[in-house]
Amino acid sequence: MLDVKNISMFFGGLAALSNVSFSVVEGEILALIGPNGAGKTTLFNVVNGFYKPSHGDIFFNGTRISNIKTHRICRLGIARTFQVVRPLQRMSVLDNVIASAFMRAADKKRAEEIAMDILQFTGLYDDRNVISKGLPLGKRKRLEIARALATQPTMLLLDESFAGLNPSELNESIDIIRKIKAKGITMMIIEHHMKVIMAISDRIIVLNYGQKIAEGTPLEIGRNPQVIEAYLGEATNA
Amino acid sequence: MTAPQIEVFLQTLIAGFLLGGLYALIGIGMTLIMGVMKIINLAHGELMMVSMYIAYWLFTLFGLDPYLSVFVATPVMFFIGVGLQKFLITPVLKVDSILPENQVILTVGIGMVLSSLAMLFFKSDYRSTPVSYATSAWYLGDYWKGSPIELSLSVPWTVSFVFALAITAGLWFFLTKTDTGKSVRATSQDPQAALMMGVNVDRMRMLTFGLGSALVGAAGCLFIPIYYLYPSLGGQFTLIAFVITIIGGLGSTAGAIIGGIILGVFESMTATYIGMGWAPVGRFAVFVAALIFLPGGVASLARKRKLGK
Amino acid sequence: MKRYLPLFCLALLAVVPLVGLNSYLMHILILFVMWSVIGMSWNLLGGYCGQVSFGHAAFFGVGAYTAGILYTKTGLSAWWGLPLSIVAVTLVALVMGFIVLRLRGPYFALATLAIGEVLRVTAENLTNLTNGDVGIMIQERTWVEKIWYYYIILAVAAITFYLVRAVIQSKLGYYFVAIREDQDAAESLGINTTLYKTIALTLSAAITGMAGAFYTNYMGYIDPKVVFALHDISIVAIMVVMVGGVATFWGPVVGSIIMILMAEMIRSVPMLGTAHQTFFGALLIFIIIFLPNGIVGDFKKLRRLVGLGRPS
Repeated sequence: MLDVKNISMFFGGLAALSNVSFSVVEGEILALIGPNGAGKTTLFNVVNGFYKPSHGDIFFNGTRISNIKTHRICRLGIARTFQVVRPLQRMSVLDNVIASAFMRAADKKRAEEIAMDILQFTGLYDDRNVISKGLPLGKRKRLEIARALATQPTMLLLDESFAGLNPSELNESIDIIRKIKAKGITMMIIEHHMKVIMAISDRIIVLNYGQKIAEGTPLEIGRNPQVIEAYLGEATNA
Repeated sequence: MTAPQIEVFLQTLIAGFLLGGLYALIGIGMTLIMGVMKIINLAHGELMMVSMYIAYWLFTLFGLDPYLSVFVATPVMFFIGVGLQKFLITPVLKVDSILPENQVILTVGIGMVLSSLAMLFFKSDYRSTPVSYATSAWYLGDYWKGSPIELSLSVPWTVSFVFALAITAGLWFFLTKTDTGKSVRATSQDPQAALMMGVNVDRMRMLTFGLGSALVGAAGCLFIPIYYLYPSLGGQFTLIAFVITIIGGLGSTAGAIIGGIILGVFESMTATYIGMGWAPVGRFAVFVAALIFLPGGVASLARKRKLGK
Repeated sequence: MKRYLPLFCLALLAVVPLVGLNSYLMHILILFVMWSVIGMSWNLLGGYCGQVSFGHAAFFGVGAYTAGILYTKTGLSAWWGLPLSIVAVTLVALVMGFIVLRLRGPYFALATLAIGEVLRVTAENLTNLTNGDVGIMIQERTWVEKIWYYYIILAVAAITFYLVRAVIQSKLGYYFVAIREDQDAAESLGINTTLYKTIALTLSAAITGMAGAFYTNYMGYIDPKVVFALHDISIVAIMVVMVGGVATFWGPVVGSIIMILMAEMIRSVPMLGTAHQTFFGALLIFIIIFLPNGIVGDFKKLRRLVGLGRPS
């Protein structure tokens, strides 16, 4: 579904990503892990069109997307959330979701319908009239997901949507991810929380210093000595 | 080109260069403030106007030479700058508002108050300091008898230029060699990190605003022997300062110097070859071109070179 | 009740002149309505879409000169300038948008300011088209009575009010606010930010341009220093909205009343006449520090501030 081919990304002289290649298969959840600064968010920014890769190409369902603008990539069906939540602060939760629903809605009535559906789906319906600035962090993270879903994507990029959640919120979010998967939406997730990763992902890619050092099922990754050295040891200690 | 044409060209170039040196001083003040506080001070030119009135009254009432008033007006402007930062700008940084440009609009308000107060007190009369050396100049012919072309170097322009150079050098010394100066630069590059390193960011901001005001204040004293003074003169200098900052690159002192000279020469050329009235249009043409083609300013070119790209 | 408030206000404004106001009061009313129009248009771009323009005088001036040049060069009535200014100003806005809309925040603000100034200097220097500093005089006035001018600008204001409201409540409005709140996030939600910013700029410009064309007809005289004025047009446009209320429907109207009344009050004091900017500036500083979202936007806060002053 998504083919990332030999992507490199330089900032000044530094390589944030070097020669990364992988594919995402339709319907799966692919987790992206790695220590801080490994290039995970940069990779999202490249896929989502914020950055143009210095080298390499990205194809989405056969269309080359590495040279087109962010809003068009979104229209093709890739939506994302941000690591640092970025809700439209002075809009209500409902208006936030309506604003994104407009992309595929013919009129305002339809956009509202889509938005209401998604708010129920993500469990934010009761908070729909709250100004999003006033939401607690857990719900803001979920609002990010709701907003992305409102663009009716076929692929969703989730950037640390579980960080900072308390255990009950965490379980709710895992449920939502499973429900999204059941809808047939493909997902790439960046996550530090190993329990979540092991529970929901089908495959894992490990990045370190901008390079892909491993790829495989959670079980395989858990046994990979290179990964344990680079990342897992550090994470289990933490 | 014939000899007279070359003469005009070189004379224009010299005038542009001298003007550019003074522009640089105005631009450095602006770029410092922008670099450290990430806000645009649209009252910059008005602060210069205030300083020019100080120099003017010192000259008119006490006969103090404008070049000596640098030593009075500059510290006064420093404290005015610190006061503005402390009592007006800092509070606004803490207020939540829909438009983040509120700080910029605030400085517009400050500029309006300053220029119209000047209008109220001093009327819209054009004023100048009739110093004895106002029209004197050095001529190339006096030093080189057989020169095929005749060039002149205005005394007040040159003195102002030299002063501007000296002040810039002093500032450079302050920023690179003193601890306080280094803290200012650290705040400019990364306020978060500076805060963690124990730099008092709020104080650095006050200091910077004061310093920026002092620099433009000094520029005002250097301008008064060669320029007319009137209450609404500030606006155009604010724009000049901003254009220089954009050409030079935000927060870059060296960039501001280059930017000032580019702008000075360009304006001088436009005035000579297209017409006096068009000089401001030339200014904005440079500005818009810099915004589009050189978003990081001259400074970004230098940076790229360093990385060997 | 609230639904009929605009209609009620419109009706009220429509009957006010019938009680027989003198020429001066009519003038004030016309200025008030004209500035409401400019404020509403600025608010569309600045308040809702978050693109703070310091150069609305560019659009006002181009609109005014479209009417003026039409009259001097073709002999047509300057009233044709109203519809034609929409075309001229839209073109200017599209070119300008291409240059300035790639910039963000304060850079956008200052680029618009610079372009406004460029247009002023251009108008001053293109003497065979604009008469330069001499200005353009409309010899024959359409009406002696001010009332007709009033109804024309009132109609423009009513259309603008409903237009802005319709835009803000539609998809465009959601997109504008999304861009204001977070441009990158908006872009990643599928919003073509460049396109929608251009739409906001063009709409806003066209409305301000119409106000400019009206000004030429009403005042009968324009020159570059007046219609391209930085402080008296561009900054006042910002102030009308800042004082009244950023991103509110009624803000520009309230702001316009306050600004016009204040300007006239200051003008009536002989000593202070030249210094009206002092008070404008001081008001601006006060509003930004204490009521950053304007009187309508911070109405609750305002009531609290006033309440504090009362012994209770």
